[in-house]
Order: sequence, then structure tokens, then C-alpha cells
Amino acid sequence: MTGWLDAVIQGVLLGGLYALFAAGLSLIFGIMRLVNLAHGDLIVFAAYAILLVAGHLGLDPFAAVLLAIPILFVIGFVLQYVLLNRTLGHDLLPPLLVTFGLSIVIQNGLLQLFSADSRRLSSGAIETASIPLGGGIAVGVVPLLTLLAAIALIVFLNLIFYRTPIGRAFRATSDDLEVAQLMGIEVGRTFAVAMGLAFVVVAVAALFLGLRANFDPTIGPARLLYAFEAVIIGGLGSLWGTLAGGIVLGLAQTIGARIDPEWQILAGHLAFLAVLVIRPRGLFPRAQD
Amino acid sequence: MALLETRNLTSFYGDFQALYGIDTTLERGETVAIIGANGAGKSTFLKAIAGLIRGPADSVILDGQPIGDRIAADIVKLGVALVPEGRRLFPSLTVEENLLIGNYGRKARGPWTLDRVYALFPVLKERRHSATTTLSGGQQQMAAIGRALMSNPRILLCDEISLGLAPIVIAGIYGAMPQIKAAGASVVLVEQDIVQAMKVADRVYCFQEGRLSLTGRPRDLTREQIHRAYFGS
Repeated sequence: MTGWLDAVIQGVLLGGLYALFAAGLSLIFGIMRLVNLAHGDLIVFAAYAILLVAGHLGLDPFAAVLLAIPILFVIGFVLQYVLLNRTLGHDLLPPLLVTFGLSIVIQNGLLQLFSADSRRLSSGAIETASIPLGGGIAVGVVPLLTLLAAIALIVFLNLIFYRTPIGRAFRATSDDLEVAQLMGIEVGRTFAVAMGLAFVVVAVAALFLGLRANFDPTIGPARLLYAFEAVIIGGLGSLWGTLAGGIVLGLAQTIGARIDPEWQILAGHLAFLAVLVIRPRGLFPRAQD
Repeated sequence: MALLETRNLTSFYGDFQALYGIDTTLERGETVAIIGANGAGKSTFLKAIAGLIRGPADSVILDGQPIGDRIAADIVKLGVALVPEGRRLFPSLTVEENLLIGNYGRKARGPWTLDRVYALFPVLKERRHSATTTLSGGQQQMAAIGRALMSNPRILLCDEISLGLAPIVIAGIYGAMPQIKAAGASVVLVEQDIVQAMKVADRVYCFQEGRLSLTGRPRDLTREQIHRAYFGS
């Protein structure tokens, strides 16, 4: 019994990580209908960026991420403004092709720069610290922080979306591109800010990815797959839905692993397929569109 | 110098030409109505001014400044606001948010504030936190006009603001026009309802298949002239 309960708790915590992977993807798709196939690789890229900042300045990853965030915001802004805006239009294929290409470029670029060795972010004792809950169950501090970070990030993004002028501009642009321009919204710049914001989310995701496990230049596409599944399970366009989607995925994986360790990944995918069959629009689809 | 001028304005949708050399002027404080049958190019004309369709710079001139090649987001900053056909409020935004986003690009000092728009259309204040999809057609049109006014435009372009509304609702919306004009905006109206257009406009332009077919002051135009300009003879 304890084992099952443990699987559920660990699954929810793991879901926090998947929600972090997925939040940036959900944000970008929600605002500009851009499916970013390089999202997973961007998380890995950000993890190396944090590693670099931490290594050079001798900082803890938690401090390094604060420095990496503005840098990544600018990289995201420029990437969108200079490259990705050119791919957006009525045709869905160009952004898919370009971000797919970007994914390959990032993977090989990282391979060139950092070699294929697997790396991790180290933050001392906190990595292995845990809080005993009694009954033989304990939760790791890092997994708990991951879930809390995911919740905090979604609260933060929702505040931006629903309480600020730029958030109104995001929603208006997503509703009606043409009329948004009539409001004086410069669509290209608004999308670039959105991508910058997504890169901030990516930075936080990268921090917890690197604290929890090893990473190397090739693991991006698998993170993308989990992120996609979380977004689709939760329903497109809803960030809280994305968190729920991440938790469903995390639960399926830990419960699957509890049944048989070989089933961990498979169970996640099966849960995803089941949701697609039962609720094709996800658990919490946005009311519109 | 006219406030707004179009010179030999031509517009295309891809290969399809919608406007063939339109010359018009709008003086300060004036209300001009554009009338014409469906497909005559009236909406295209407004879109070309608002920057949703771009052309040569000197085909649209605002206060002596060529703006025909500017993007829509720039044009609203110069003080030209469009109330688009079919209202096109943002469904993800509440009524109040729709109004607030009206001055996103242009924060000009002027008579129009949220309170002033609510004073003009009190029903919007009652429904300020509602989704726009729950408003009646007339209320939606008021919100769309209010949204455009929030940028304190020098020129208000209105595309078919009476479309699909009951006569009494139309009267209510046009009843706001004197206040809008008194606050300083010059107005270009595209209107299907000729009687309504003749009532509010200082001058009328009639379009026929992308060309100007008639211009004049309402009182100088006869029913026959308008009929011919509207449908061709």
C-alpha cells in the first residue's frame, strides 16, 4: 500500500517537471500557433547556459539561473524577431520545418561545444535532501521545489496574461491578428516578447532538469515529447491544464513503473493515447476556438 | 490642407484589383460617408487608409504626410482608428479589456478615457466584466466604437456600424455621433443604409466597382443620381 501511495506522490512531483517542460510550449502555441519542435533542445541549451554561468562565476545553479534568465530572454526575443516571425503565416509547415532544423542545429552545436559527455548541475546537499512524511515515504526537496516552481511560474504567467497590458496584447493577437494591429500592437514585437517569456520558462525548466538528472546534447527530443503530451492532455491554451497534463503523465509513469519498471515510459504514452481517445481536446480546453 | 487625402488610390488582393484610382479628401471636423453596393470597394478603401492593405506612400496623405505604405500599427499611432466591419471584438477579453486595449499603441491625451466612453455608452459599464460574446449586437457595436475612441483618434473610420442591427439600435448608435464629433474626431463612414448616410454626412462619395461614381453634398444629390451611381445605368 505504501508503495502505491509513494508512486502517486512521486508521480505528482514528477508531473511538476513535465509541466515546466510544457509551459513554454503551451505559451508559444497559445499566443502564436507556433509548434516549436526545438523546444526540448532549447531546454537542454538553457541547461548548458546555466552550467556555463555557474561554472565561470562559481555560482550555485539557483543563482546562476537568475543571471541566465535575462540572457535567455534576449536570445528568445531575437530568435523570434529575426527568424521565427518570418515563418509564421497561413501555412503551418514552414515553422515546423524551421524549428525542426533549429533542433538539429542546437543538438550538433552543443555536441561540438560541450562534447557528448553527460553533465549535471550541482547544488550541494539540496540535491539529495528529502523530507520524511512518515510511513516510510519521503519526498525529495528538489522534486518538491520543481512542483512548487511549476505552480509559481503558472501563477506568474497567468498574472501577466490577465493583469497586464502586454498580456491583453497577447490574448488579442491570438484572437485576431488583423484587428490587433489596428490597436497599435506590433505583432512581430509582441511575438518576440512572448518567445522571450517562453525562454524564461525554459530557463527554469532547465534548472530543474539539470538538478534532477544528467543531461547531454541529445536528450532534447524526448523532453519535447513529454512536453507535447502534457500540453495535449491538459488541453491547448490553458496553463493550468498543462500542469494537470504534466501530473497525469507523471502519475502514469510512476504507477506504470510500480507495476513493472519496464512500463514506466510506455504507461505515460498509453495515458496520453487514452486521453486522446476519451477527450480529444484535452482535459481543460479553452472555451474559444 | 485637407486632414486626410487619398490620391489615385489603387488596392489589390493578390491579383484582384479592388480599387481603381480613388481621389478623396476629408477636412477637419467633417463627416464623410462612403456608399455603394456590395463589393464596390468601400471596406477595402477603409482598410487601405488604416494600413491593413498597403500601397505607394503618397496614395494616402495624412496632414500632408504620406502614409500609404505604413503598417496598421503605425497608422493608429498617427491618430487614425478603424471600427472594423462585423465589430470583431476580442473574444478572450472582457468588455473593459477590449476598451483598454484600444489605446495600447496610442496613448494620446484627449477627451476619450474609459469613464468618458462609459458615459457615452452606459450599458457598457454595466457589462464591463462580461465576455463580449454575451453582449447583444448593438452593445458589441458600442464596444467596438468605444475601443476605437480610446486611442483618441483624429480620424475615426467606421465600417458598416449599422450592419445587422434593428432600426432603434442603429438610432442609438448614430445618436452618439454628435458627441464623437464634438470631441474633435473627423469621421469617415462606410454605410449600406443610404438614408442614414445622407442624414449624418457632410459629403458623400459613392463607389461603384472600385471607382468613384458620384461625389457631393447630400442636399445637392438627387435620388436618380444616387440610384445611377449605385447600380450603374
